[in-house]
Amino acid sequence: MTSVTTKQYTDDVSLLMVLVDTNPLFWSSTTTSFSFSKFLSQLLSFLNSILLLNQLNQVVVIASGFNSCDYVYDSSLGPTNQRVETLLQKLEEFVSKDEELNRDDSVDGIGSSLLSGALSMALCYIQRVFRSGSLHPQPRILCLHGSQDGPGQYVAIMNSIFSAQRSMVPIDSCVIGSQHSTFLQQASYITGGVYLRPQHLDGLFQYLTTVFATDLHSRNFLQLPKASGVDFRASCFCHKKTIELGYICSVCLSIFCQHHKKCSTCGSAFGKPQTSDSTTNQKRKAPDT
Amino acid sequence: MDASQVVKRVKYKSSVKAPGIDGILKMTRERFTFRPNDPSKSQSLNVDFRLIKGHKSSKEGSGKPALLNITKDQGGYFFEFENFPDRELCRDFVAKAIIANTSSGASEKATPINNEQLSSAEMQRRIKLLQEDSELQKLHQQFVMGGVLSETEFWATRKKLVDVNASRRVKQRVGLKSDMTFNVKPSSDGQSNRVTFNLTPEMIHQIFAEKPAVRQAYLNFVPNKMTERDFWTKYWRAQYLHSARNIVATAAEAAEDEELAVFLKQDPILASETRQKIRKVDPTLDMEADEGDDYTHIPGHGLAVENTKDELEAQYEPFKRSFMQDINRHAAVVLEGRTIDVETADTRTVAEALASSKRVELAKEASNGNVNQERLDRISRMSEIEDLQAPREPPVAPLCIKDPRDYFDSQQVNATNQEAGTKQMKSRLSTSEAYGSLRVFISEIRTVGLSDPIVRPEVAVMVFNGLTQNISSSKYQLGKNPHESILDTLPRVTKEELLLHWTSIQELLKHFWSSYPITTTYLYTKVISALLSYYVEFVPFVVIFSM
Ligand SMILES: [Zn+2]
Ligand SMILES: [Zn+2]
Repeated sequence: MTSVTTKQYTDDVSLLMVLVDTNPLFWSSTTTSFSFSKFLSQLLSFLNSILLLNQLNQVVVIASGFNSCDYVYDSSLGPTNQRVETLLQKLEEFVSKDEELNRDDSVDGIGSSLLSGALSMALCYIQRVFRSGSLHPQPRILCLHGSQDGPGQYVAIMNSIFSAQRSMVPIDSCVIGSQHSTFLQQASYITGGVYLRPQHLDGLFQYLTTVFATDLHSRNFLQLPKASGVDFRASCFCHKKTIELGYICSVCLSIFCQHHKKCSTCGSAFGKPQTSDSTTNQKRKAPDT
Repeated sequence: MDASQVVKRVKYKSSVKAPGIDGILKMTRERFTFRPNDPSKSQSLNVDFRLIKGHKSSKEGSGKPALLNITKDQGGYFFEFENFPDRELCRDFVAKAIIANTSSGASEKATPINNEQLSSAEMQRRIKLLQEDSELQKLHQQFVMGGVLSETEFWATRKKLVDVNASRRVKQRVGLKSDMTFNVKPSSDGQSNRVTFNLTPEMIHQIFAEKPAVRQAYLNFVPNKMTERDFWTKYWRAQYLHSARNIVATAAEAAEDEELAVFLKQDPILASETRQKIRKVDPTLDMEADEGDDYTHIPGHGLAVENTKDELEAQYEPFKRSFMQDINRHAAVVLEGRTIDVETADTRTVAEALASSKRVELAKEASNGNVNQERLDRISRMSEIEDLQAPREPPVAPLCIKDPRDYFDSQQVNATNQEAGTKQMKSRLSTSEAYGSLRVFISEIRTVGLSDPIVRPEVAVMVFNGLTQNISSSKYQLGKNPHESILDTLPRVTKEELLLHWTSIQELLKHFWSSYPITTTYLYTKVISALLSYYVEFVPFVVIFSM
């Protein structure tokens, strides 16, 4: 990693990618006591503080909507005296575009925002920064997320998390919804970011500046909140039962509590288990093909 | 009671740099005396141990003399011993004498553990162990140098460590140095044009291993055509020409001297070896596939690119040599390790052994002829022209995951079970109304501006309390999560310091309990004055640990 660090300005110059949840159903949900304008007010103040912390700091905001996601602000572009106006203008346009894309008017619950897309966009941006110019700031991603996790996005999100881990980009999570997010718990755990679900949303700005404003170098000396024991134990695909030992499809990594002839997820056919062998061999079975 | 006095031949010095006077050092429990061999010298000593505050000693095995410095309140005495074992013996003796004389209940009857006379091999092993294990070294420094334990006591509990290491060491073979011998800077006297290169058997081995042509030339030329000295002179002359980077001059000299030319030209044996290796590379390997995998945004792997001049004519081609090639070749040889088992300084033997080991290798390769056939088959299979081939069944089935949501559910179950009373969230509005309200909120802030104050002070205090409570309560969480330890939350330096104290305590406790039952005054003195007083120092740390 020495080669990468030599390309940094100094250890406290940050590129902060902020992913903002703009799922309209979340913001109008019955459990959200916190209006979007209050949220924006605190977020904008936070972004201004980041830019004031270091002249070389850079902030990029990505909105993750219900149907799409897009960059809504990049501090390296445009005039510095109209930041808030530029961001709000872009955000309004984004919301209108997101609505145009909407086909389905009857949504179960509050739906989910496109976290996977937003994460991918953030990582692409970071990769571009890595490859351009002679010096670059140290990147990190902050997810301000409130919607429910979208189960359909699982594979895409896990892929993003692992690419972030590989590029050593931490994903910080600030969950503003009433439920914990399994996705973000994993994301922060795997990438070494901070996961936090603030108790007092009125003080969101205080949480953001106290916990999430710290650059990666300073984190070595600080004791930031740690996620208290996330249970990453898996449950089987067939009965949703938590298991400690099971069968894993070697093609698609689905988990089963008992031996099946065929993988219900990807359709691979399994061979017979070799019962004569020691039990350790039963943990994994290769498909017959 | 054979250790009630020690007599050794030493040099007494008033300072480290002083030449020193030969004489006899005699130590008893109460005092030490020094008597010069030459009775006309007046520097005889007779010092009571009660005046002595401590002792220091030079590092062992560093080629330095075996020095012992016995310190008083002001100044001290330096003794240079003939060998380290003598010094060790006296040092242990001084350590004990100081303890015996400073502790109130000092008694003449103290029975120290007998000092074994150490073989130099044993000594080497101990030194090696200390060098390899910095923690052990710290303990040794703290307790043995500090006079708490004697050298013998310290090692007595580690007999196994010394023995095991001894038996293991034999099997390991030392590899080649990773320095590049070829960049050896000649030493010059600065006046004449003469430069001197120093050549060791190690360097010769490395040169022969890295440059087969030089090895071959040695076997051909020495001693029939030239002496060994002439050979190496020519070799370094060639190196010198290369380092001058004047390719025209190099070519000119090579034209005049055909033996020198061997060293100046690119290594033909190496070139043919390389060609063979290239032939063995899987021709279907897609190097581009790996490229995006890496930090390709760093150009040239951080090395400045040597600018090659196009105008160089073909005649100079054989004399071109790039630094990159040298590094690669050197790395390959070092990684390969010592291929021959010759422990000799005889240059010819080394050259022959290396040459024959290469021949064996080549013969082995030649015998697997079908490997080559396999490779040819593979090339023809991979390079076939698609248009002319019948459509083939894909060798792999496309991955088809029916429902990726299963993966999520598989993990969600546990995570959501944790929080009791998960509420099903619902929107108060329809989708289009929700979009409308979101836009209203945005335009609201555009007209009204940011709220002032952003956070009310009461709320900020609540947040601070919430965040720090987490930290202050961490010690109550101890043990609940086996993957987290309170040690990990401490700064690195503090953590290391605590761990050092921990090992120190363990070491002392080991000796403490091994002293029971206390049957002799010596053991009594050891336990009370040395170990216990030391232990008390650490008690606060013990309390912290058990909190
Ligand atoms: Zn099951
Ligand atoms: Zn499968």
